[in-house]
Amino acid sequence: MAYSDKVLDHYNNPRNVGTLDKSKKSVGTGLVGAPECGDVMRLQIEVDEETGLITDAKFKTFGCGSAIASSSLATEWLKGKTVNEALTIDNMDIVEELHLPPVKIHCSVLAEDAIKAAINDYRVKNGLEPIKFEESIIH
Amino acid sequence: MEELKLPVYLDNSATTPVDPRVLETMLPYFTENFGNAASRNHSFGWVAEEAVDYAREQVAQLINANPKEIIFTSGATEAINLAIKGVADMYAKQGNHIITVKTEHKAVIDTCKNLQKKGIDITFLEVQPDGLINLEELEKAFTPKTILVSVMFANNEIGVIQPIEEIARITHKHGALFMTDATQAAGKIPIDVQKTGIDLMTFTAHKMYGPKGVGALYVRRKNPRVKVTAQIDGGGHERGMRSGTLNVPGIVGFGKAAELCRLEMDTESKRLSELRDKLEQALLKLEESYVNGNTQHRLPHISNISFKYVEGEGLMMGFNKNIAVSSGSACTSASLEPSYVLVALGLDDELAHSSIRFSLGRFTTEAQIDYTIEQVANAVNRMRELSPLWEMHKEGIDLKTIQWSEH
Ligand SMILES: Cc1ncc(COP(=O)(O)O)c(C=O)c1O
Ligand code: FES
Repeated sequence: MAYSDKVLDHYNNPRNVGTLDKSKKSVGTGLVGAPECGDVMRLQIEVDEETGLITDAKFKTFGCGSAIASSSLATEWLKGKTVNEALTIDNMDIVEELHLPPVKIHCSVLAEDAIKAAINDYRVKNGLEPIKFEESIIH
Repeated sequence: MEELKLPVYLDNSATTPVDPRVLETMLPYFTENFGNAASRNHSFGWVAEEAVDYAREQVAQLINANPKEIIFTSGATEAINLAIKGVADMYAKQGNHIITVKTEHKAVIDTCKNLQKKGIDITFLEVQPDGLINLEELEKAFTPKTILVSVMFANNEIGVIQPIEEIARITHKHGALFMTDATQAAGKIPIDVQKTGIDLMTFTAHKMYGPKGVGALYVRRKNPRVKVTAQIDGGGHERGMRSGTLNVPGIVGFGKAAELCRLEMDTESKRLSELRDKLEQALLKLEESYVNGNTQHRLPHISNISFKYVEGEGLMMGFNKNIAVSSGSACTSASLEPSYVLVALGLDDELAHSSIRFSLGRFTTEAQIDYTIEQVANAVNRMRELSPLWEMHKEGIDLKTIQWSEH
């Protein structure tokens, strides 16, 4: 199966690779997947307390090219959004943008899960209730 | 320096290109010599029959068999089905137990599972961490009902060669037949069915520079005389064991391919093992990289390496525009299962997901190996920069202590 140009672009020039200081209160970290499943995604956001805007986002991913591209794209989309806006990012938006084939949909689900996990981590750190999400269907 | 030819094909265990010398031999049998080898009454048929007879000799010679012991099929999968189901049917009165191994090709495993549903008992032997079976466990697996033992000659993912001669001896001691799937070994290393005591053996042309869609089953005719029940009914070709008009051009190509492999085996296996070792040693210099399977008893052209903390499919994407290999990671479908062969060796799923199989071939050059070393090493390093697991490893975090989200 050939990869789309957009997946290739993110794979070859991944955006926002790296690590934020997870001990900071303004940083939320989401770590999803499992090594034995062949995919682990770590996605981090840094939130400006005053404005509530996501000022920075970083990722590292162990997984296939589509998983790497999905998380790279997610960090791009996260920057500049408010936390609430970030919650509206849907895995199917990622599928559409990257032209992922059906067998790669779970890579995008992982990215959506990572966003939610990072937001919840941020919320808990800042004394807010974690949001309960419905189980994602495909894994 | 020799010139570098791209792309580099290092997936010869999946299939090989047809050698131009093989193709040349085949071509007339598509056009002017198109006859049906079963047509007894005219020269078109005679020419085809003669060509098939000659190819049968060439194929038999590769494994020191009698040409009468060769049954042509559409490939190894069909030959395996015929051998296992054919023995189960033919020897049903003697027993209903078959012994095989967890690391066999799906063609063997699924054929056995199919028989299981029909009431045949199947024992799937475990393998040791190096991929070899434990002969004591084999001994213990026999019952008075055992009719067949099927152990592959060499494994397709890791290249590990089983102790075939000993396995055959033990099998015969218990009065069962010994079959081996030699799809990966045939044409690559010497095989002598007489000396080794093989009763049934399967192999295929497309893994030895012949065409796809043609293979063979070797069935011993003497000491003991082995019989299989036909699984495809029809005109009674191949002495009734496999009906269907013979694929004459394919068989001619198979014969030529077998002959070339036999004549060039010594020099070729030496050349390939040197190139393979060069590749392997260079890639093992990367931190946290490991060879999978026994390296003493191994085909000369295969190397299976796990690059810990990077995922195989993601890694391959870093160079697969120019280099073709295959990965033990199967994170491509709803099933996120890594290679069952590597898992049978006792590898963590994680290491299995990190594995790449390199399989060299007749047309692999040293310049291509040098290029591969450079490209793969770069990709591994790049992927590790992207890997959260690598970062944790570098920070001294034991990944086993982390609570991963379940899938
Ligand atoms: C060990 C082994 N057995 C059987 C087969 C099946 O061979 P064929 O493609 O000729 O059916 C293969 C090839 O995929 C193989 O590697
Ligand atoms: S991470 Fe599993 S296929 Fe993409």
